[in-house]
Amino acid sequence: MRKSVCQLLCRAALLMLLSACGNSAMNQSGDSADGEASSDSDDTIKIGAILPFSGVYASLGKDLSAGMKLYFESVGWEAAGEKIELIEEDTAADPQEALRRTRKLMDQDNVDILTGAVSTAVAYAIRDEVDSNQLPYLASHAGGNDLTRGERSDYIWRSSFSSWQIGNSMGQWAYDNVGDQIYVAAADYAFGKEVSSAFMEAYEAAGGEIVGEVYPPLGNNDYASYLTTISDSEADGVYAFFAGSDAVRFVQQFEEYGLKEEIDLLGSGWLVSEDLRESIGSAAEGIYAASFWDYNLENEQNQKFVEAYEAAYDRRPTVESLEGYDAARILVETIESLDGDVSDPDKVIEAMSAVEFDSPRGPFAFDQETHHVIQNMYVLETVMEEGRTENKVVEKIENVQDPGK
Amino acid sequence: MEVIIAQFINGLSYGMLLFVLTCGLALVFGILGVLNLAHGSLYMIGSYVAYSITTTFTQSFWTALVVAPLVVAVIALIIERTLLRVTYRLGHLSQVLLTFGLAYVFHDLTKLIWGSNVLSIRVPDLLSGSVSLAGQTFPLYRLVIIGVGVVVAAGLWWLQNKTRWGAIIRAGLSDREMIGALGININFVFTAIFVLGGILAGFGGVVASPILGLYPDMEFQTLILALIVLVIGGLGSIAGTFTASVLVGLLETFGRYLFPELSMFLIFGLMAMILVWRPNGLLGKQVVEG
Repeated sequence: MRKSVCQLLCRAALLMLLSACGNSAMNQSGDSADGEASSDSDDTIKIGAILPFSGVYASLGKDLSAGMKLYFESVGWEAAGEKIELIEEDTAADPQEALRRTRKLMDQDNVDILTGAVSTAVAYAIRDEVDSNQLPYLASHAGGNDLTRGERSDYIWRSSFSSWQIGNSMGQWAYDNVGDQIYVAAADYAFGKEVSSAFMEAYEAAGGEIVGEVYPPLGNNDYASYLTTISDSEADGVYAFFAGSDAVRFVQQFEEYGLKEEIDLLGSGWLVSEDLRESIGSAAEGIYAASFWDYNLENEQNQKFVEAYEAAYDRRPTVESLEGYDAARILVETIESLDGDVSDPDKVIEAMSAVEFDSPRGPFAFDQETHHVIQNMYVLETVMEEGRTENKVVEKIENVQDPGK
Repeated sequence: MEVIIAQFINGLSYGMLLFVLTCGLALVFGILGVLNLAHGSLYMIGSYVAYSITTTFTQSFWTALVVAPLVVAVIALIIERTLLRVTYRLGHLSQVLLTFGLAYVFHDLTKLIWGSNVLSIRVPDLLSGSVSLAGQTFPLYRLVIIGVGVVVAAGLWWLQNKTRWGAIIRAGLSDREMIGALGININFVFTAIFVLGGILAGFGGVVASPILGLYPDMEFQTLILALIVLVIGGLGSIAGTFTASVLVGLLETFGRYLFPELSMFLIFGLMAMILVWRPNGLLGKQVVEG
């Protein structure tokens, strides 16, 4: 009896393992079909994008892709008279899979420029391959600090954000506006830890005190115990880093446990992002969040972007849509300033790093030292408007620049 | 002291939630000897159907609470009649393969129908709001779940121990052939048990989703928790599942409170210890080999 149950459970475990492998194998023949058609013509510029279209980050990958396509569409898939061809590969946010796909893009498709990566682990995994092959790579989401620090490469530039930018920008603001005692709760993975430690560093430098820290595992389903502990502390506010389903549960449970009336909740923009707020409902009201873009940013570029996106896809853009849109724009401007000649990777990088423009997020420029975007950060407050929640900009922190070390 | 009491209530409510999620799996495994790895999927379908009902059709949580489990029951009925029946002669491996394959099929279907965004179900007005206990605020819904867990447990205990049905089930558990010889349609009993397991999974889905939310991969997370409870509690015993759920709920809650970094380790540690100390689980019975 004992043996058979053990065997049964072992078999079940083995099956789960097998199916995990099988799952990634099944996706092999994914999205490259549209790339095959016109592959050998010389006057096309090939851009490879590694994005997750399956797995946990699938919706982020889809939004990035939608944003990119929207911009390429707006220039008629052409730059400097050359046709642009986008070849997308599904990484499923798996570093090994991403490495295989990157090699495929380089060896079979001969892409000129690479972009994408949602998961930081993926960006780290392909880093050496990109570096040694001198493939220009524009990182368009993955925010791990090290990519533009210890792992910096001549060929890697980042247009999205770094963990440091997200966390650090809110430290002084929190001290000035929330109070001098804050509790930190962040999902227990590299990104959560990096963002919250950047916040703590800035908050303590401003004079505040961190009264407690807790790091629930990623994909945690019940925050009751943590919330009871937090409510027992003397904190004026909670700085929370959670994303996706974790954010929905944390924010809802924060309200249900009556903490909302007692203390402020603040965190990164992913806590109240465009695609989550409908699920969160009114519990999101009153949260302060730091982000480099918001749907309600009032500038001409953003209005144009939001209108075009909604017309094309019939839904609101997310911050990932914006990242894709900007990445596509940077690539187009790079190609234009090179007059369509992308054969020399060093020249591509030089041209890319010089790109400056007015993005829907505000002024956009690269830091030549760190290869990292210099951008405004915005502190948002979530408010109720006509029965649904909206984010409103309450403060702009200009030109936040990653220290690069 | 007040914090301890508050955490105790948290743990109890989480434990009861686990029980509601697990009892269907325990019932099916305990009685039919079928390890239904699609149990999490049935739970998930319950959640998503309830989501559709509460947001698009009737806007009523109570309708969802009745309809969603029935939808899942129909799916369970189809699975048992068309696919699972064939495997009873073939043993555990084919059942595990089949149900795990089904889990993937359901995973893709659900994503196709409802997309991959995070969704959530609102707590009905009657049960929303908070209650003050031991100097802490508790969501009323969490306290209601404790009650629901107790009622479900009592109901299953009554069914298994006090009714003719229970007698047949218990007899079937120890000697399947004998039951057949007594002129009872054992096939029908099996179908009924599997459908009941489905109803419980669907019910669990509706009850849990206001707290746990709906998102891709929710079914595998639930399945792992359910398997842990099943192993700790022992097979074929509703009382064991109940005890294990409460134990895991309390341990996880206090683990998070006292050693937040170790909470997952504590659960698996407990499971390992119990497997060494009582290989059949806390209150496990012998299960007939299929």
